[in-house]
Amino acid sequence: MNKTVYVEMKNICKTFGVIRANRNVNFSVYEGEIHGLLGENGAGKSTLVNMLSGIYKPDSGSIFIHGEQVNIHSPKHAIKLGIGMIHQHFKLVDVLTAAENILLGNGESVFISSKNKIKSIQDVMKKYGMEVDLDKKIMDMSVSEKQTVEILKVLYRGSKILILDEPTAVLTPQETDRLFEILKSLAKAGCAIIIITHKLNEILSVTDRVTVLRHGETVSTLETGKTNIRELTELMVGKPVSLSIEKVITEKGNLLLSVKGLTALGEHNVPVLDNVTFDLYEGEILGVAGVAGSGQKELCEAIAGLYPVEKGDILFKGENIVGYSPREIIKRGVSMSFIPEDRLGMGLVPSMDMIDNMLLKDYVNQPGITINRKPAKEKAERVTKRLDIQAPSIYTPIRKLSGGNIQKVLLGREIDANPHLLITAYPVRGLDIGASYNIYDLLKEQKQKGVGILYIGEDLDVLLELCDRIMVLCDGKVTGITDSENITKEDLGLMMAGETLSSIKRGM
Amino acid sequence: MQIVKREGASKKQIILIRLIAIIAAIVVSGIFIVFLGYNPVKVYLNMVSGALGSKIRFRSTLLEMVPLVITSLGILVAFKMKFWNIGGEGQILMGAFAATYIALYVEWIPKPLVIPVMFIVGFLAGGVWGLIPAFFKAKFGANETIMTLMLNYIATQWITYLQYGPWRDPSLKGFAKIANFPDHALLPKVFGIHIGFIISLVLVAFIWWFLKKTKRGFEIAVVGESVSTARYAGMDISRVIILTMLLSGGLCGITGVIQAAGVNKTLTMNVSSGYGFTAVITTYLSGLSAPRVLVVSFLFAILLQGGSYIQSALQIPQAAADVLQGMILFCALGSEFFVRYKVRFSKNNSISSEVK
Amino acid sequence: MIPFLKNALISGTPLTFAILGAMYNEKAGNLNLGIEGMMLLGAVAGFQVAVLSQNPVLALLAAMVFGALGALIYAFLTVTLRTNQSVTGLALTIFGTGLSRFWGKRLMGMTLPESFSKNFRPLSFPFLSKIPVLGPILSVFLEQDLFVYLSYLVVILSGIYLYHTRFGLNLRAVGENTAAADASGISVTLYKYVHILLGGALCGLGGAYLSLVYVPSWQDNITSGRGWIAIALVIFTSWNPYRAFWGAFLFGGLDIVGFRIQTLNLPITINQHFLRMLPYLATILVIIIGSVRKSTSHMPPKDLGNPYFREER
Repeated sequence: MNKTVYVEMKNICKTFGVIRANRNVNFSVYEGEIHGLLGENGAGKSTLVNMLSGIYKPDSGSIFIHGEQVNIHSPKHAIKLGIGMIHQHFKLVDVLTAAENILLGNGESVFISSKNKIKSIQDVMKKYGMEVDLDKKIMDMSVSEKQTVEILKVLYRGSKILILDEPTAVLTPQETDRLFEILKSLAKAGCAIIIITHKLNEILSVTDRVTVLRHGETVSTLETGKTNIRELTELMVGKPVSLSIEKVITEKGNLLLSVKGLTALGEHNVPVLDNVTFDLYEGEILGVAGVAGSGQKELCEAIAGLYPVEKGDILFKGENIVGYSPREIIKRGVSMSFIPEDRLGMGLVPSMDMIDNMLLKDYVNQPGITINRKPAKEKAERVTKRLDIQAPSIYTPIRKLSGGNIQKVLLGREIDANPHLLITAYPVRGLDIGASYNIYDLLKEQKQKGVGILYIGEDLDVLLELCDRIMVLCDGKVTGITDSENITKEDLGLMMAGETLSSIKRGM
Repeated sequence: MQIVKREGASKKQIILIRLIAIIAAIVVSGIFIVFLGYNPVKVYLNMVSGALGSKIRFRSTLLEMVPLVITSLGILVAFKMKFWNIGGEGQILMGAFAATYIALYVEWIPKPLVIPVMFIVGFLAGGVWGLIPAFFKAKFGANETIMTLMLNYIATQWITYLQYGPWRDPSLKGFAKIANFPDHALLPKVFGIHIGFIISLVLVAFIWWFLKKTKRGFEIAVVGESVSTARYAGMDISRVIILTMLLSGGLCGITGVIQAAGVNKTLTMNVSSGYGFTAVITTYLSGLSAPRVLVVSFLFAILLQGGSYIQSALQIPQAAADVLQGMILFCALGSEFFVRYKVRFSKNNSISSEVK
Repeated sequence: MIPFLKNALISGTPLTFAILGAMYNEKAGNLNLGIEGMMLLGAVAGFQVAVLSQNPVLALLAAMVFGALGALIYAFLTVTLRTNQSVTGLALTIFGTGLSRFWGKRLMGMTLPESFSKNFRPLSFPFLSKIPVLGPILSVFLEQDLFVYLSYLVVILSGIYLYHTRFGLNLRAVGENTAAADASGISVTLYKYVHILLGGALCGLGGAYLSLVYVPSWQDNITSGRGWIAIALVIFTSWNPYRAFWGAFLFGGLDIVGFRIQTLNLPITINQHFLRMLPYLATILVIIIGSVRKSTSHMPPKDLGNPYFREER
């Protein structure tokens, strides 16, 4: 290897409270290289690069920049070392102009004497073939303009190491192409570029090498030319664990949920759900596969009445529930639980004990103005026993439990409410095998009782074995719905990357 | 040096940290008192004996405690929801204003009913004053801190206007004052202390019960802890905010009624005299617990009462107590940090702990 | 009319300093409710030093130092120890009020010597009266004491600082988007400290104008709520130093118009207490309109009141 190493990270560890975001991560980037950092949401990519940009400090491990060991203590220090970060959520000041944002934090003269500096910004723009109106305020800009400003800001400081965190998440395909051209020309000019993404096709089209992270650990570093989507998917989503979940056969019941043409908008009016249509029957588990962030959360929330629906219908037992309040939807027997990356924050109150958390959805149904905690206490005890929850006591604040146990509390509460429709997203996120099986058993039990289950999962093997049918989402679109018997994991991977079921079938 | 979040400090640690804070405050203020040429030990002892030394003094201390307790309870329910109500002053004044209207200008109410009616309208008037910022916060996300603050001064000017204008007592020449309440509008006394004291104890129990045992109280806690969880549980967040502020302002309004009908015997600016602000601090220091509000308010009442005592006993300006109060506040606030965070002093731990 | 305008400007001068002081705090992302306290500290310290030294420069310096000391307590607590800004600000006001009253007990009844006061006499420019129209208008601004001139200087320097220097640019970024400022390599902590202290010094000056020139003697609570008006007017004048000056002028006028209205025998009388409500009512309206419209201009710095801790997650 005759190329200079620009960045080297060795045995990096970082934890936030109970969450281990990075474990012994090793990672290096060469001069003139575009290096992809691949992994699902929550795999620890952002945490890792934030340690390069001086936002976080590693708990242990070492970082070498241009061969020299450094202890990056602040963003200012990172900038001095020539590291420029383009954040996923742009770190730009809305009320300032592009030029002002680019000059921000730069220390030379006292006054912002515009002409000279504007000229040097324009020189940078010319050099790399970029264009932006420097007098425009950030708040009046389109997403891709903002991104250009972010990149310019970094280049203007002479950074040689560029980090882009999910740069294409909010771009149109055309804007993405343009961005990639810029990146390639930057690499040619000798920059080292790290690009974080979970989109496989982007990795293949723009990077030279790729490092895959899973659950905070480095899985592998590969040369992009020598790999393919299938291999990457497998690395990213996880090696097949040899498990067999006994499928319970139930008779297909009545139509329970029918979603038709569901469309919802996200930040910057980009559709996060795009014309999603599917049916779910009683006594059925419908799995939802997809790279994290493909619209799963919005789908769950839209059905539960928590996310505004732009277009389309959600028919629950024939009744259109679009526009109903969350409470009305809960009353009809729809239960939704979403385990976010930090496992807290949605559905549970961290500072309260298990009893109060059991009460969250039930308390309204009690008579009178007071709360009777007795049934909740019984419920907490029941759930603790049933799901084998490890907690000092049911009076311990949820925050102090381990992640797996927190999840069990949440799912246990939802199941205990005897719902008709159970929507559960990532219920085994971070759980060990035994605990996971526990949860699968619980879901199967519900299925036998005739409950319709919408299961959003990560592990394709589990999806294949647990679910009756699987729907694949990619960028908010359904790329296919299929019986889990007639599909391979590889094909699911292709669908997650955006290929439609019909095009795969045609290829066969 | 590295600052890390503490994963729940133990009770012992918290008590220790708080004790250190109070001692620090006493020491710093002591230095200050020495600097002014007084003996700090003597000053402190006099303050304590001035507040607790005799039956009469103790009674005055309890009287001083009443408005602090009730206002703090009002602030407490708002803070529990993370709604930063610093409009206690205004809510107190508006409560007193409404009660005064009943006491002086409504004659058709049977005399024994006058006081209950005063409490009801006082509660409502204070509540409405709290409702205004709540409405704009719930519907449009308007900043409640500034808005509640501004409403204080509108209430202040409104009361001053009444005092110098339409409600001025014409029988007092050259002296702008609102007429004294008739006897049937004054709070009755029990053991030499007006019933406001008993009301304050009842309210402490009520608020404790309300927050712990009722549905509304539960909703307040959930909204305060996590708006997104409250949404998942199907709560109507706007409604919770508005109803809670009705209660919060209403409690402050009750303080106004008690101070007007129990202490000042009329409506004056002294009815509030900073309780709205002091209560923000007592509430904060009590860690949002109703029983602890009682304790903290009692300590503050000692401070206030002791302060006015040293003025007459030692000719030390009463304001010394305010200075001491300020010092204690600073130290207590600062100690909060050590409850929430740990400071690690290991050097370069990120480098030292690796390399095999 | 001209004498009235002159007096309005004088009455607005303490407000100008206090608004700018509050503005610097808020531009750094800190809502400081201790303005009143810092003004009182400045007022009492300035008066004490004036009595002792009879030196106007020393008196103003003392006012600034004590205002800034109050601010230092606030900055240490809110920035370093991350305490709640509102509660800490209120504590600062309680402390400042108490300390100034305690200290001021000894100053009660003292007067400033002639040798001191003569430094703050209004200047006079007789030739102005010879210029038609423009002359009287200029005289409103020019025939003022040196302290008022100092306020002009501070306003103009603040304008230049905020809008034309990189420090001002960085400061605005800190208040608008602390995380972005941090990521740009700006030392957030340093900027917060410096500007909170600067704000405190300006509030101290505002207080000193009251005790040294406007009143001029010591009385308890000499600021009589001007610190709170300043907090309101920062919003009303949308964090702009030039608008702050005009806002202070306007509300300084409203403050004294109440007394004058009674002597003017106008057909409609507006009660002075309602006039005094105006700054607060105006502020509430500004907040409501801003939040209903969700507009981005004329809005507070976006990160106002949000504590910042880089590693918090």
